[in-house]
Amino acid sequence: MGEATNPRIELLGVSKTFPGVRALEKVDLRLRAGEVHALLGENGAGKSTLIKIMTGALRADEGEIRLDGRPVEIRTTGDAQALGISTVYQEVNLVPTMSVTKNLTLGRQPLRFGLISWRSASALARQRLRRLNLDIDVERQLGSYSVAIQQLVAIARALEDDTRVLVLDEPTASLDANETNLLFQIVRDLKSHGIAIVFITHFIDQVYEISDRISVLRNGRLVGEALTAELPRLQLISMMLGRALGHVEEQAKAKARAGKTEAAPVLEARQLGRRRTMAPFDLSLRPGEVVGLSGLLGSGRTETAKLMFGAIHPDSGQVQLEGRPVLRNSPRHSLRNGIVLCPEDRKAEGLIGELSVRENIVLALQTKRGWLHRLPLDEQNRLAEEMIKALDIDTPDADKPVGQLSGGNQQKVVLARALASRPKVLLLDEPTRGIDVGAHAEIVALIRRLCAEGLALLVASSELDELVAVSDRVAVLRDRNMVGEMAGDDITRENIIRTIAGGRSWTKPQE
Amino acid sequence: MTPPQTRGTRLLRKLAGHRAVWPLLALAVILIVDGFVAPGFFTIRIVEGRLFGSLIDILYRAVPTALLALGMAVVIGTKGIDLSVGSVIAVVGATIAWRIHEGDPHFVILLVALGVGLLCGIWNGFLVAVLDIQPIIATLILMVSGRGIGLMINLIYGGTNPSFESPLLQGLSVGHLGLIPTRLILGAAIFAVLWLLIRRTALGLFLEAVGGNAAAADLAGINARLIKYSAYLISGVCAGWAGIILTADTHTSDPVSVALYSELDAILAVVIGGGSLAGGRIYLGMTLIGVLVIQALTTSILTSGLPPEYNLLVKAVVVLFVLLLQSNNFRKAVFSLFRRGTARRGRP
Repeated sequence: MGEATNPRIELLGVSKTFPGVRALEKVDLRLRAGEVHALLGENGAGKSTLIKIMTGALRADEGEIRLDGRPVEIRTTGDAQALGISTVYQEVNLVPTMSVTKNLTLGRQPLRFGLISWRSASALARQRLRRLNLDIDVERQLGSYSVAIQQLVAIARALEDDTRVLVLDEPTASLDANETNLLFQIVRDLKSHGIAIVFITHFIDQVYEISDRISVLRNGRLVGEALTAELPRLQLISMMLGRALGHVEEQAKAKARAGKTEAAPVLEARQLGRRRTMAPFDLSLRPGEVVGLSGLLGSGRTETAKLMFGAIHPDSGQVQLEGRPVLRNSPRHSLRNGIVLCPEDRKAEGLIGELSVRENIVLALQTKRGWLHRLPLDEQNRLAEEMIKALDIDTPDADKPVGQLSGGNQQKVVLARALASRPKVLLLDEPTRGIDVGAHAEIVALIRRLCAEGLALLVASSELDELVAVSDRVAVLRDRNMVGEMAGDDITRENIIRTIAGGRSWTKPQE
Repeated sequence: MTPPQTRGTRLLRKLAGHRAVWPLLALAVILIVDGFVAPGFFTIRIVEGRLFGSLIDILYRAVPTALLALGMAVVIGTKGIDLSVGSVIAVVGATIAWRIHEGDPHFVILLVALGVGLLCGIWNGFLVAVLDIQPIIATLILMVSGRGIGLMINLIYGGTNPSFESPLLQGLSVGHLGLIPTRLILGAAIFAVLWLLIRRTALGLFLEAVGGNAAAADLAGINARLIKYSAYLISGVCAGWAGIILTADTHTSDPVSVALYSELDAILAVVIGGGSLAGGRIYLGMTLIGVLVIQALTTSILTSGLPPEYNLLVKAVVVLFVLLLQSNNFRKAVFSLFRRGTARRGRP
């Protein structure tokens, strides 16, 4: 680890105030060379603000930044880059329609006679990727590669020869286990070259796997800094939540699976499928029951939910609603029939950022009523307030544009929209993605409450523990096939993993 | 009970943060400058039984652009644009002249003219909402061909720039009801109908949802195609009304030059009113303020005695200034420059 004692970069007593919000209050952050430093905290704790100050995207109101002990001033992102501070943001900000070469050399193309020399640009791109042990065709469009590769290309772009500090903002959010391992190998390699790495994530497992040191922020304050090896998990989580973890764990355990009715299914898929999207499958959802949908990234979870909702048109099979075949399967008809989908990608498919929290919440209900029967403003406000309270959405008022809320609160707004339309069937695709531990527990509790109220739920999730905790039945997907279904006490982590891996399936396997 | 003072300051702060402040301020400045340059600018007299004065003139001339801009605001709210509105006016004008020469009853012609506007909207909507052609290209087609269609309609009965008389249409355009010009009443009525349609039904919410995020709107059960389509229909009908007023005003069909570049004024008015070409928001009232800024500017350049050669340049500069005032980045930059300046001077 080398000279691990002296911090490479220090942020001391950094404060930042936004209109109406104290985002950071005298926060210290010390990053050491050759260390992976996990920066943790719930949504809105101030992680992003702190990183933005370090990378010059924002300026601190007070406090100082020192690089190798000398005070430096970082006014712009250019300043930060000149000092060797590079960032890879959560949303990959590359251009998917351009080639890997272009993405890697954009803005610094090698010139030859005043024109861009694409040959040396490609060589440069390959050289940059070689540092990450990545050997891919650099002339292909970036968008044709998996998210993991795109993430690595983003890191390759951020890494300069003189990079001293590398910030990775939720780099693993959309990676599966193998891809995460690949990324971690590279992170370890960079670490061995003496780069100080900041790692922001929501995955506690990964924190313990990769990080050497942890700083926890809560409500804009530094709660504590500790060596990872010396900080037990439970203590870490209670630092993040600021409360004893007891009830979160308890909730997860207090699951009553007994006495499930064998009620008739509300929504039933019969040999529903679409070529190259999802092999035909059977799946039934009953009132008062949570059906989990498990599988690796790309196994067809989202597609299954969207086929049942009608957002993807099936080319085989049918959907039955309360025993009657649904003739026209489209989002509009599903919504009228009381079926709602909360999409996985809340930014692209869920929220309408320009519109207010209130407008986003009433949207689905309003669609159900039709354009002529506008929900009166009083009614809209009442409904919005009710939802804000019920889901504990953190917003100053219902008229704030939803795009300005933090990620977890945005997710709750998507959920609120679905609930406000008073559905019979709720299809949740990754309801807890990108959400902090506290909101996570709230949403899990909410799912269980809704279920008790007689709603039929489908929960597609990449988090096994979450599925085990909430599901009455779990359907397992592998490579766009439904490969098994399990119920009751059979639902365990191990069983799901074994089914995904191709072991014994718990009901009839599909052909 | 809140003390009136804090209530007052809160109101003031709320007012200062409101999006209407800068365009209204710009309008006020233009009018005040006019007041100095042209004596009697604010006088409103009654001449020959109708209101008369520069302010009335601004309102009067603003009506056709206002109608286009209102339709444009709706289309822009869906992340679209309608470049064809000026050409729609040309087609509507040619149709009116043609049918009058054919001897149709004039109220039928009124309906036919609106029908032509609607038809143009159906065409644009079909290209954009059904065929998924990008709005700027889709409406460019009618923008380019519309004036040609107008000329061909003129050829049907062999007329070039045919003139006509129509008491009904001219009554709507240049007549007055009591003291007030009819077109002001007509414009106000259309605004009211549109406002009710957008804000008192859920159509506005749906239009904005589709403009803000079409994929999300679709998953929320909104028929995005139909909603987009409706925006172009609205714009078409608004352009139809503008065509009736402009054609009746000149009693002639002049497809080549009628309402030339008016689509650009309409877009500009929407933008001055705070609308974003990125879609997602419809501000009808603010769009009207945008129209008034543009018209007040045009009128005041004309009354100021500045050589007409300067018109376009002065207009461009003022519009640029209004847009800069609305830019947060620009305001911040100017403000910090000012603050830094005073801080430096304040240092001992």
